Order: sequence, then structure tokens, then C-alpha cells
Amino acid sequence: MVDMRYSTEFTLYPYTKQAAPSDRQPVVIIGAGPIGLALALDLGQKGTPVLVLDDHEGPGQGSKAICFSKRTLDIAHRLGAAAPMVDKGVVWQVGKVFHGQDKLFEFNLLPEEGHRNPAFINLQQPLFEKYLHDAVVAAQSGGAPIKIRGRNRVTAITDQGAFVTLDVQTPDGSYQLEADYLVACDGARSPSRDMLGLSFDGRVFEDNFLIADVRMKADFPTERWFWFQPPFEGAGQSALLHKQPDDIWRIDFQLGWEIDRAHELDPARIRARVDAMLSSQTGTIPDYELAWTSIYTFQCRRMQDFRAGRVFFAGDAAHQVSPFGARGANSGLQDAENLAWRLDLVCKGIAAPDLLDHYCTEREFAADENILNSSRATDFMTPKTDVSRQFRDAVLHLAERHAFARPFVNSGRLSVPCIYDGFTGFGPDALNGPAVTRPGAACQDAPVADGFLLDHVRAGFNLLVLGDGVAEPVTAAGVTAHIAHIPTPTPALAARYLGDHRRAVYLIRPDQHVIARWSDFDANSIANALRATIRQEAAHGADA
Amino acid sequence: MALMLDPNITDPDGFYDELLAAHDGLSAAESANFNARLILILANHIGDREVLAAALAAAND
Ligand SMILES: Cc1cc2nc3c(=O)[nH]c(=O)nc-3n(C[C@H](O)[C@H](O)[C@H](O)COP(=O)(O)OP(=O)(O)OC[C@H]3O[C@@H](n4cnc5c(N)ncnc54)[C@H](O)[C@@H]3O)c2cc1C
Repeated sequence: MVDMRYSTEFTLYPYTKQAAPSDRQPVVIIGAGPIGLALALDLGQKGTPVLVLDDHEGPGQGSKAICFSKRTLDIAHRLGAAAPMVDKGVVWQVGKVFHGQDKLFEFNLLPEEGHRNPAFINLQQPLFEKYLHDAVVAAQSGGAPIKIRGRNRVTAITDQGAFVTLDVQTPDGSYQLEADYLVACDGARSPSRDMLGLSFDGRVFEDNFLIADVRMKADFPTERWFWFQPPFEGAGQSALLHKQPDDIWRIDFQLGWEIDRAHELDPARIRARVDAMLSSQTGTIPDYELAWTSIYTFQCRRMQDFRAGRVFFAGDAAHQVSPFGARGANSGLQDAENLAWRLDLVCKGIAAPDLLDHYCTEREFAADENILNSSRATDFMTPKTDVSRQFRDAVLHLAERHAFARPFVNSGRLSVPCIYDGFTGFGPDALNGPAVTRPGAACQDAPVADGFLLDHVRAGFNLLVLGDGVAEPVTAAGVTAHIAHIPTPTPALAARYLGDHRRAVYLIRPDQHVIARWSDFDANSIANALRATIRQEAAHGADA
Repeated sequence: MALMLDPNITDPDGFYDELLAAHDGLSAAESANFNARLILILANHIGDREVLAAALAAAND
């Protein structure tokens, strides 16, 4: 038996009775949430066979995540899943912050032109997962070795040293499975973590957030509105209003710690709150229906180590943040792409397993950065002591009149990819170039004559050559870096990649992070940098 | 720039008076809020993170 722990929005991977696969699987993923799906898609497109086990048949009902970042869309674009997301998603870039009745300020996320993808879209998480799954189906029909098994619940994990054994429960009974590597993408409550006896430490924020997704026709602008001390009744400490596709609006109320959950979830009570908010904004109460409601408490925590032998942890299983900043799924997607190319090279025997360790170093660092940002936002929104409340209120008071206080106002610092400054396997930086594209950074998109730069960056390793001159593939340590040559860069591309130079050569990882850059094409130095990345050693870029 | 811990305000008695006068008629809670605003305004004026860190340390001494 595999009981349903929640009801699903769509059926994407229905259970079918199957014999246990007799061969050992190179990679098994537990969980077909956004992270497991993205990882499976990335691995499968690279040609590494992957089997995903999920104990349901599709995404859960109701949307947890709604804000997906540009970096996520760039990743989804590389995986062939972004177009429907951007088509369906609500593009937004203006946010307004209020204190009581007064508007403190507004911000615009992407004043910069020349990116294919917007700074953020709002899209219901089940749709995000559906579009990833659609891309999986498309990849499968193109021959990508991806399998997903619905209603297959992992109940035990045994590390045998040379491989991992899994016990899997299905409606037709249990079977066992062997895998070279296992990736647990089984969410914040990760049963895998418990099965392996691993801890998940951090802070619980003593606060409850009521989330109401409301379906209505309303002509609020497509902006993120956030209130500290909202002027409408029953809203609690803060409130948020944000648009999703299909005339759905996300409304959030910060209710505090001592509440009666069942009572607060009473639809009549929720409607009273929503009525107060809507009527304070529009003077009337438009017709609406409650599409989905839920109460959350939030935590910021991570596993000490994202790897335990042959088992890796990614997404919410590895780390959890409060949603202010939209750093959950967005950072999990970055875990997936960081791990995919490493597992691919190791499973194909091209790279030594050491390459996998640096998934942990890089993504644990990223998780700390996300937790730091998320904790700071939560501390601002939920002051823990009298004095922190005094400073918080002082900031809000001053922000209305004085520009200097506005940067202190923190209702979430929105997710941006982290930069792996100074990590092993990056460098040299032999170009006095712009900081945004330094080694360790994720590639910035930019316009080129026939579209966008990231379309020229292909799967695998790339050598991006800008300006005239030599542009030849370079091979080292069993991999070849493809050429993406842009002889005449547009001004925006030059501003992001060249600075004062007329020529530049960038070596780029399969996850589109910059490994190294040079002012000229030097095949030897490029080969060294490529080798250093794959072998995870310090680059000998002394010629830099 | 290093944190200034030598006398730097002309007419210290006058300033001290002004500081206290600013709190006249305020409740303890209002005073605390006033102080928080004042600290933020002064901190922004200083701006330099090293000076601010040194000031935090000096205040804690
Ligand atoms: C209210 C709220 C708002 C949020 N807003 C945002 C946002 O705007 N932007 C953002 O980026 N993030 C946001 N998040 C976070 C985001 O929802 C999560 O980070 C994301 O769902 C994590 O994806 P995942 O794939 O790691 O895990 P999950 O989505 O939890 O998926 C785990 C999967 O594993 C399966 N599973 C579990 N146990 C087993 C087992 N034993 N065997 C087989 N399968 C198993 C589950 O059924 C599930 O399908 C928000 C979260 C909340 C709660």
C-alpha cells in the first residue's frame, strides 16, 4: 500500500505495475518535485540514465512557490522548459512597500535591458512542475533515458559501500533496487534524511502565516504589494498581495505565534480578513472565491553535509528557508544543475568521484547565503525583542521621509544566484573585465545580433569567444569545450563581458558558471583551467 | 578613518542639554523610539562600516 499523503493537482506520472529493474541504476532520484524533475531532465538530456521515484502521481494541490527567478528561467530555458512558463507566468518587476496607510517606496527589479527572461515571474508551483514534466516527456520521446515511477515510495536506504540498496513500496507490493548514486529530492520532511539518521538543524521562526489564494477579477496592477502593520482589520503584522496567472491573487497575513490554527483556517474567518483587505484597497468587496488556503510556520535550516556516502541531498531536503526572498525552489534548481553535470561526468567515467564533493562545498555555501538573507528578512518582519522592534519601527518611520532608511526595509531579498568566489576549480581571471561575469558567477544573458547570448552557449563546456581572433575547441581531461563565437558583440554584451577590452575568452561550465576568462586565446591555459575544473584542483593559471 | 574618541564637539554642555531636551515630555517607550531613529540617522551619516563597528565595540566596552 502507498497511502496518499496529499491530493494532487494533476496526474503526471501514474502508477503502472512494473517488474523491479534488474540492472543496477546509475542514478536514482527520490522525489519528482521541481528539484527532482529538473535534475532528471538535466541528466537525461546529457545521456545519463536516471530513474525517479515519487510516492504520488503528480504535484500536490495548491501552490507553495509562486515566484520564479530569472536564473531559474535561464536554467529551465537550457532544459527546454522555459517557454510555457514565461508564456503562462505573470511577469512583474515593480514592488511597493507600505507602512500602515502610507507608501514607503517602490522598487523596480530589472531596469536593465537585454535579457531574454524577466527578473521574476509568478506561476503556480504545480504548473511549474507540469512544464518541467512536459519537457521530460519531450526528452523521453527524443530518446533521453529518463524514467519516472509514480506511487513508488522509498522506505529504506542501505549504503553498501560500492552501491546503495533501496526498498520501494508500491500498490502491488515491495521491491528492491540498486543504484550507484542516490539523490534525495524528497522535500523538507525528507524521509531519506531520517532513514539515514541525519539531522536538519536551524531556527524555527515563531510566527504563523496564513496564505489565501483568491480567484477574482480585480484591476490591481501586476506588482508586489507588501504592508508592514497593514491598515486593514485582522491582517496581523504584515500582509502581501501578489498576482498569479488565471486571475488568482496570493494574499498573505502574518498572524503571530499563539494562534488556533483550525480556527484561523475557518473559511468565514479567512473571508473576513480578505474582505477587510480588499475593501480598504478598492472601497468595495469584489466577488471572489478562495482557491486555496493554508497556514505555514517557517524555518531556516540545513543539513550539515549535503552528501552521505553515495547519497546526495538537494532542494528542500538539504536546506529550508522562509519564503521571503523566494529562495526555496529557486535555489534548489541551482542545486540540481550543479549536481547534474558532475554526476554525468562521473557516471560516464570521465571524471573521478571527487568531482561530486564540490557539489557540497558550493551548494552548502549557497545555502548559508540564502539562509542568511532569509533569516535577516524574517528578523526584520518578526522582531524578536523590544529593541529589535524599536529599530524596525524606526526604520519604517524614517523610510517614509528619508531615502537613506529605505535600504534597511527588508520584506525579503529576492533570490539571485550565488557567486562561487575563490572556490577550487575556478580561475584564472586573466581579464580586467566586469565584475558581474567574473569566475564563479553565473553567465549573464545579453542580446546578440540573432537573439540572446545564452542560446549560443550549448550543452556541456563552452568557450565563449568575443571579438575577432582564434576560436577553436579545446580538449582536456576527456572533455571538449565547444566554441560559441560572437565576432561583433552588441554594446550590452560588451558592457557585461568585455569592459574596456576588444576581445575576451570565457570558459564556461555546463551549469553556465564562468570558470575562467582571458583577454586572448591561449589554448594551453584554457586546457589547464578545464583540467583543473574536472579534477577539482587549483588552476595553474600562472600565466594569468 | 578611525573612530573619533577624543573630544570633537564644541560646546559639549550645550549639546548635552539639547540631547536631553529632545526627550522632554517623551515616555520611556517614546524615548527609546527616538533614540533608535537618532542612531540610524547618525550611523548613516558616518557610513564607514569600520568606524561603525568600532563604535559598537566602544559602546559595549
Ligand atoms: C508558502 C510557501 C511559499 C513558497 N514560495 C516560494 C517562492 O515563491 N519561490 C520559491 O522558489 N520557493 C518558494 N517556496 C519553496 C518551494 O515550495 C520549495 O522550495 C520546493 O517545493 C522544493 O522542491 P523540492 O523538489 O526540493 O521538494 P518538494 O516539492 O517537497 O518535493 C518532494 C517530493 O518528494 C516526494 N517524496 C517524499 N517522500 C518520498 C518517499 N519516501 N518516496 C518517494 N517520494 C517521496 C514528495 O511526494 C514530493 O513529490 C515556498 C514554500 C512555501 C511553503
